[in-house]
Amino acid sequence: MKKIIMTGTLAALLTFGGLSVPALAGPVDVVVESAWSRASIGMNRPGAAYMTIRNTGDEPVTLIGLSTPLAMMPEIHETKTNAEGVSSMSAAGEIAIAPGESVALEPGGLHAMLMRLQQPMTEGETFPLTLLFVDGGEVTVEVPILGIAARGPED
Amino acid sequence: MALTEMDFRLTDHEGNEVGPETLIGRPTMAFFGFTYCPDVCPTTLSDISGWLDDLGDEAKQLNVVFITVDPERDTVEAMAEYVSYFHPAIRGWTGPEGQIARIADGFRAAYERVPTEGGDYTMNHTASVFLFGAAGRFVTMIDYHEPREFAVPKIRRALEEETEGAT
Ligand SMILES: [Cu+2]
Repeated sequence: MKKIIMTGTLAALLTFGGLSVPALAGPVDVVVESAWSRASIGMNRPGAAYMTIRNTGDEPVTLIGLSTPLAMMPEIHETKTNAEGVSSMSAAGEIAIAPGESVALEPGGLHAMLMRLQQPMTEGETFPLTLLFVDGGEVTVEVPILGIAARGPED
Repeated sequence: MALTEMDFRLTDHEGNEVGPETLIGRPTMAFFGFTYCPDVCPTTLSDISGWLDDLGDEAKQLNVVFITVDPERDTVEAMAEYVSYFHPAIRGWTGPEGQIARIADGFRAAYERVPTEGGDYTMNHTASVFLFGAAGRFVTMIDYHEPREFAVPKIRRALEEETEGAT
């Protein structure tokens, strides 16, 4: 129940506040900004979502995982490109964010990898993505789904 | 390696047979990837689409090719649907694994199949964009995430390459 109300609030903020999506929840002082994702072709291919996660509190926070009804296996991934120009992706593990600092999930770097989609990602829709922190805190953000060829949150 | 020295037979997203001779005669921009790639490939194809938009009419002289390194999943139909979301100049090429290996070898592009949890797999692959002149000579590469102000002049260099030897 609580979650549904919050999602509604976030959707409203998204509409009126443009790109900035304050996602304050529980004890975690974290704000998620500029969240976006790309539409999928069907459900077989994994999706990816991007955002900036800002620690607005006085204590470090550690992001340990994701959950979403959209995908059975959401995971924070990191794309790396080596000196030979070869790109690879792997699980990023825990991500610590110092007070006042932020972490950017953006194309070619960290991303929320959405494996095992439960439904296609349709342009114009949104989905809730919950960030899980080491102390048990959670922050849920409503992620807009843009076109397959989107390059950033403003596309 | 120049395109004129390469030997491969692939199929484009409209079912046409293609080879090095398809590219020779016009400058070429090529990128290796796969349609199950959630991050690097759509980003690069979006970047390429943006560069083509910037080039405007000049872009019409270019061959633009997206070559899959995952032919098992990237059938002609999968490539056709995928490229339809990006700039209309982008052609999608696939073919038998052995022929993909040959074109990658010719381009000095690397790729590797990597198993993931639950029996799936992903592909590591060269994410640079390759540029060839109209005569088939390799000109330069655009590295992943290279800013547009560097990418577009590089493409212009490929466009201005000697066309000598080309038909
Ligand atoms: Cu990933």
